[in-house]
Amino acid sequence: MTEPQPVVELRGITKRFPGVVANSDVNLTVRAGEVHAVCGENGAGKSTLMKILYGMQQPDEGTISVNGEQVRLRNPQDAIKAGIGMVHQHFMLADNFTVRENVVLGAESLHGIGSAARARITALAEQTGLNASQDALMESLGVADRQRVEIIKVLYRGARIVILDEPTAVLVPQEVDALFATVRSMQEQGFTFIFISHKLDEVRAIADTVTVLRRGTTVGTADPKKISSRELAEMMVGSELPSPETRESTVTDRDMLRVNGLRLSAADSGRAILDDISFTVRAGEVLGIAGVEGNGQTELVETIMGMRKASAGRIELVETGGTVHDLTKLGTLARREVGIGYIPEDRTRYGLLLTQPLWANRILGYQTRKPVSRGQLLDIAGARRDTERIVSDYDVRTPGIEVPAAALSGGNQQKLVVGRELSGNPVLLIASHPTRGVDVGAQALIWEQIRIARREGLAVLLISADLDELIGLSDTIRVMLRGRLVSEADPATVTPQELGSAMTGAEAA
Amino acid sequence: MTSWRTKVLPPLLAIVFSLLICSIALLISGSDPLQAYWTMLRQLGQGTTAVDTVNLATVYYLSGLAVAIGFQMNLFNIGVEGQYRFAAVWAAIIGGALHLPPVLHVVVIIIVAVAAGVLYAAIPAVLKVTRGVSEVISTIMLNSIVGGIVAFLINPDQFGVLTGNNLRTQVIDPSGRIPGIPIGDASLFGFVFIAAAIGLAYWFMLNRTRFGFELRASGESTTAAAAGGVNSKRMTLIAMLLSGGVAGMVALPELLGRDYTYAITSTQGYGFTGIAVALLGRNHPGGIALGALLWAFLDKSAVSLEQVHVPKEIATIMQGAIVLSVVVAYEVVRRADLAAAQRRVGRALSGGRPASVAEGGAI
Repeated sequence: MTEPQPVVELRGITKRFPGVVANSDVNLTVRAGEVHAVCGENGAGKSTLMKILYGMQQPDEGTISVNGEQVRLRNPQDAIKAGIGMVHQHFMLADNFTVRENVVLGAESLHGIGSAARARITALAEQTGLNASQDALMESLGVADRQRVEIIKVLYRGARIVILDEPTAVLVPQEVDALFATVRSMQEQGFTFIFISHKLDEVRAIADTVTVLRRGTTVGTADPKKISSRELAEMMVGSELPSPETRESTVTDRDMLRVNGLRLSAADSGRAILDDISFTVRAGEVLGIAGVEGNGQTELVETIMGMRKASAGRIELVETGGTVHDLTKLGTLARREVGIGYIPEDRTRYGLLLTQPLWANRILGYQTRKPVSRGQLLDIAGARRDTERIVSDYDVRTPGIEVPAAALSGGNQQKLVVGRELSGNPVLLIASHPTRGVDVGAQALIWEQIRIARREGLAVLLISADLDELIGLSDTIRVMLRGRLVSEADPATVTPQELGSAMTGAEAA
Repeated sequence: MTSWRTKVLPPLLAIVFSLLICSIALLISGSDPLQAYWTMLRQLGQGTTAVDTVNLATVYYLSGLAVAIGFQMNLFNIGVEGQYRFAAVWAAIIGGALHLPPVLHVVVIIIVAVAAGVLYAAIPAVLKVTRGVSEVISTIMLNSIVGGIVAFLINPDQFGVLTGNNLRTQVIDPSGRIPGIPIGDASLFGFVFIAAAIGLAYWFMLNRTRFGFELRASGESTTAAAAGGVNSKRMTLIAMLLSGGVAGMVALPELLGRDYTYAITSTQGYGFTGIAVALLGRNHPGGIALGALLWAFLDKSAVSLEQVHVPKEIATIMQGAIVLSVVVAYEVVRRADLAAAQRRVGRALSGGRPASVAEGGAI
């Protein structure tokens, strides 16, 4: 049997944004009728690549070929003409319209709005397994059916190649199975799918081929049936990283953070995002939380920081003197004031004021404390001085402290955030993906700083998708799956492979 | 590093652009643009125009500040219009009814005006914070309601008096007036200094206090502010109330310095002008002052255009063109500037090459 023709071929795609390269020499070959997964951590360049393929952004270098012909995709309309459609992660549907109106909206010229359109949608509904009537209002549909409507929208416009952007993020496991069944049956009818995901078990379940992106470039293409999740995970996080190993244990028996029976319910459905979470972090201890992204880690951190309101449970912080602070009812600022430092997972959205100079960013989160504030007044001179200190101690590469935070590269932004969060004499540091998207040098520096602070008795709650980082830095590892802490691992003995299987729930660890 | 270019270039570009547009309009209508502009400029030196301009600018300045406070927090307080009229009518009623010693009388009137402004702004503020109602919608509706409230309050059955054909409130005693500064035939409002002090206080609040920092942080990024411990609901509430408080003073320069009474015929629309002035001044207290002066100048010198048989509406065209182009110009210059800063940092650190992802670039 000969190899099917490539339907999409991306060659040497490079995309630069001011001061940064998002995609660098990316190659992707998708063959007709296959499900091709594109894998990579957040920030690896998946979304930029897909935006290029869907015509939302133009590559600076490289070529795109569809069905053997080189094309220029200047906008999504060009992509649709070339037969490429995209199902966005966040649905773009009008709730107060019917299924049919949603599908036809914007594509009235194809089959009109009357019986021709109805017939076409009926055919497509059968192909995709949509059960709802096409006259049903969109608001009456469940998430899985909404996703099918999104797929129908794309097919209605004539796409033969469908990009699914993290389609399972919004689905429960049964719905994921149904979606995969739909994808498989459509694959038999000759459709091609590009499946964006960072959930390895799903990739292995559905994909015929997988291409892994890391730090903006293609690492390789593999057959997911032939390689294991652990090999795939290794491709994603890489193994040439400096070792984060901590040498001697500094764990004390003094409890610092106690979380007990924490529960967080989703605002709309009451479904538990976090369920019965209990753990303790002691002074001098790094507690690592492992887990595939989207299993509640972000929510856990935000609940401990007071940015989300827990539905049940108790959070306590024990000061060095033995005073117990009940954090459960406190706001974010009060929690920071009792000594929590917070390195958020998305520094540009949660950690920095991008248009403000570096010294103003030093104040954020510390606006009530010395040296950047005196009561109700800001101490700007103090903020500047302390920013200078962070810039030199943490090796933030910048021409000065007056540049806006947006002008720094990711690694230097992150060093600034880490420096700030370790400056307030914290007793507990919550570090969410502290080295994501930073260069190797910054990574080593951040690890070293966390280690030094730990030696001085800091308690650290570390969330990371980088298993080497987790194993290397943590004194204890807990695994999080579907909003629960399911198992525990000893970083001294566990391998990334074992951790990887525990994270996917593949085996009871 | 917000360079001078980001601050000065956009308004200059906007003014030049709007002069061009108006020139085209003037040429089409068969007039000489240069003659028209010269007439407007010359008018500034004639009679009381210069002082009138500053007096009117004081009103616009207060209104611009009120809008700018909201803008800092990404709140669009269109309701300055309603808030100032609500405040003005109460200040005039209570000021006219009381008989107090000098200074104290003035202070009481100012307090009443601010309190009334805060009160009227509290409605959209509470609706926004508790029910998520867009302040744009609620303030527009409240603007419309205020006309009825004013008419009701200055009806002779309530607090008003009928003089000739005009309904107005009781005249405020001389003790409740702010004396003007005579310049030539004209008199400069004493309130100019109070307005300047409020401008200073606004600058200080924004740049030197914790509250101002939290306000700006929430305006720039709700998520980062929340992670930094800023309670966005509280900030929304306070910003809206502050905005209403300043809005409450908009009518006071005229009320305490010239009219001493609030009538059904008193000028309306200052609140809307404030939106334009705040946009023009980029929410900066100095910029708003310049914007207010420019706007007042265009208003006051437009009358002179009749002498050269040019319709005075050309000044309105100019005002509209300035606002539209200043918004566009600010955005263009801001983007160009950020890209330039990133390139500068990149060049300074990597010897000319753009940083690659592997060197720590974010995506």
